[in-house]
Amino acid sequence: MSESNLASSAADVPADAAPPAVRPPRARASGLHGAAARNLGLVIALVAICVVGIVTAGDRFWDLSNALTILRLASVIGVLSIGMTFVITGGGIDLSVGSVLGLASVWASTLATQTMARDSHWVVMAVCAIAVGIGAGLVNGVLIAYGKVVAFIATLAMMVAARGLAEMIANRQTQVVRVPEFISFFRMSPLGVPMLVWIFAVVAVAGWVLLNRTTFGRRTVAVGGNAEAARLAGIKVQRHTMYLYALAGLAAGVAGLMMLGRTTAGSSTNGQLYELDAIAAVVVGGTLLSGGRGTIVGTVLGVLIFTTLTNVFTQNNLSISAQSIAKGAIIVGAVLLQQRFADRSRAGT
Amino acid sequence: MSARPRRRWVAAAGAVAAASLLVAGCTSNEPQETEETATQEAPQAPSGGNDEQGDEVVIGFSAPASDHGWMGSITKSAQDVAAEYPDIDLRVAEGTNDVNLQISQIEQFINDGVDAIVLLPFDGAALTEVAIKAMQAGIVVVNVDREFDDPTAARTTVLGDNYGMGISAGRFICDQLGGTPDAKVAEIAGIDSLPLTQDRSKGFADALGECGLKVSNRVAADFTVQGGEAAAANLLQAAPELDAIWNHDDDQGVGVLAAIEAANRDEFFMVGGAGSKNVMEAIKADDTVLKATVIYPSTQAADGIKLARLLVQGKSMSDLVEVEVPRTVQLYAPVVTKENVDQYLPTAFES
Repeated sequence: MSESNLASSAADVPADAAPPAVRPPRARASGLHGAAARNLGLVIALVAICVVGIVTAGDRFWDLSNALTILRLASVIGVLSIGMTFVITGGGIDLSVGSVLGLASVWASTLATQTMARDSHWVVMAVCAIAVGIGAGLVNGVLIAYGKVVAFIATLAMMVAARGLAEMIANRQTQVVRVPEFISFFRMSPLGVPMLVWIFAVVAVAGWVLLNRTTFGRRTVAVGGNAEAARLAGIKVQRHTMYLYALAGLAAGVAGLMMLGRTTAGSSTNGQLYELDAIAAVVVGGTLLSGGRGTIVGTVLGVLIFTTLTNVFTQNNLSISAQSIAKGAIIVGAVLLQQRFADRSRAGT
Repeated sequence: MSARPRRRWVAAAGAVAAASLLVAGCTSNEPQETEETATQEAPQAPSGGNDEQGDEVVIGFSAPASDHGWMGSITKSAQDVAAEYPDIDLRVAEGTNDVNLQISQIEQFINDGVDAIVLLPFDGAALTEVAIKAMQAGIVVVNVDREFDDPTAARTTVLGDNYGMGISAGRFICDQLGGTPDAKVAEIAGIDSLPLTQDRSKGFADALGECGLKVSNRVAADFTVQGGEAAAANLLQAAPELDAIWNHDDDQGVGVLAAIEAANRDEFFMVGGAGSKNVMEAIKADDTVLKATVIYPSTQAADGIKLARLLVQGKSMSDLVEVEVPRTVQLYAPVVTKENVDQYLPTAFES
């Protein structure tokens, strides 16, 4: 993709790397410091935060309903982050997901869409939200892959434009959902687990399979690791890049739908700054910001670390300012750790 | 000889008397002491009645991020009022503009089983669902400032008067400009997407209409200093000649004034909104274009806390005949000018 990517990753990816071959050298060299060790580190961090929660808030923290509260909070950002994981693994970045979430939530709750949904089926709203997400993602993808616009700029433009379009459609008003079937669907909690959490789980599992068990996933890793090598290996890099942004858009659409289900209201203010939360979760999870390595499990853990932290801080009546500082420290710590792992694996090859 | 035992008697009696006095003194002192400490802890509670200490009330409080002075004062005045009552245990979830996070804060309060929730939602419609859930869990929900879209989502609602603010500002401008039919009146609104902004603008337009005026230029900012500065700078460019400006919010007013000074304009007068301390001081000093402001009380969440306490303790508002706390309490939006500014300065907020 970008030149810096090529330069930084050319060193540790052989030029003839077929998609599956990109990973082994690193995994072998890092040994215990591979994906499993990284995830273990995240699990330890998560457990540590939980221990702090139990010590400081006791039963109020260690409670099933509190766990579900954390998961419900995590699910919207979680779905966004899964999409973001693919884009970042593919060597890109998407700053527009928060705005696209807002746009999807607004578009799916306009009077026209709601009327149509009442006349036919509430799924119309879901289809609308997802279509909006994919559409915005495709625009991003085409601009970046075929228009050669730098991802940062193209998605920054989409971020601003999608928010503006959402405001225009909603006329800057909050659109309340009046489709009872839609609301009751999101109120359901099969097997005691809220619908939002189910959706997050399904998206996460689908994302894991797609990244780790399909050609699409291997191509994503190859494109992010070394776009030129991937092209030489026969991957249609441009088309694949376009797909990645469409996928992030799809995730943003689903997240917008979930936001709509959670708040029962579409608003152009939905999802502000969520792109940054998603990027933070992805990076903390162990996906390389320069591309070429991605982990869905890490992303899920990253999201859970941040939301559990938020929960613990609220339980203890602590300020959000202190929480932001802790968040910043976690991001820096995680990236420093990743660099150390990266150095070791490079030294090993 | 006989004098000796008598002296003993006297000494013994004296000792007993002294001891009993001491004991009596101790015992009688104790309630006095508690009375003293009780009144010390609640200096705002002179008249007894509703302010007398009752059962402990756990109140969860959530409001948007304190990104401007008015909102900062909302949380601060709520905490101040709670501190005056030893029977209130206030849990403050720090402010956020993310409805997803605010919903989860309310869910946490429900899990904790608080007695009451005082909620100033970032978006009333988005928080309605979780407020209903809280009400169904038997928690008293007091809605502040931004209304839910379902009346069953809150037991009591405390509201400012946004429409009334517009009316007050509009009538004041009418009074000042009554004689000039073609007067140019500009409006600098707050966040346009909020219903409160729409209400203010509607009230303003209605009041101006009463004296045959209308808004000639309208821009919207975002309640922040930088937003106010940018919006006002554009407005002043677009309107070379003005007679009056109504600025919805005194926080963004700091930026609005900066833009006015930068443009070197003083052919008009300006009316503020909300009632910040520095605006009131400027009105008092009377050395800027600011001549008045209309109040939107930043103490409404504090009122919400007081009402939540009454509701949980089963008390009513003692100045009303009604035996229950009312469903809605709407506050008034008076105009503050140089003449009456001293009356309102104590409750003004720092921006």
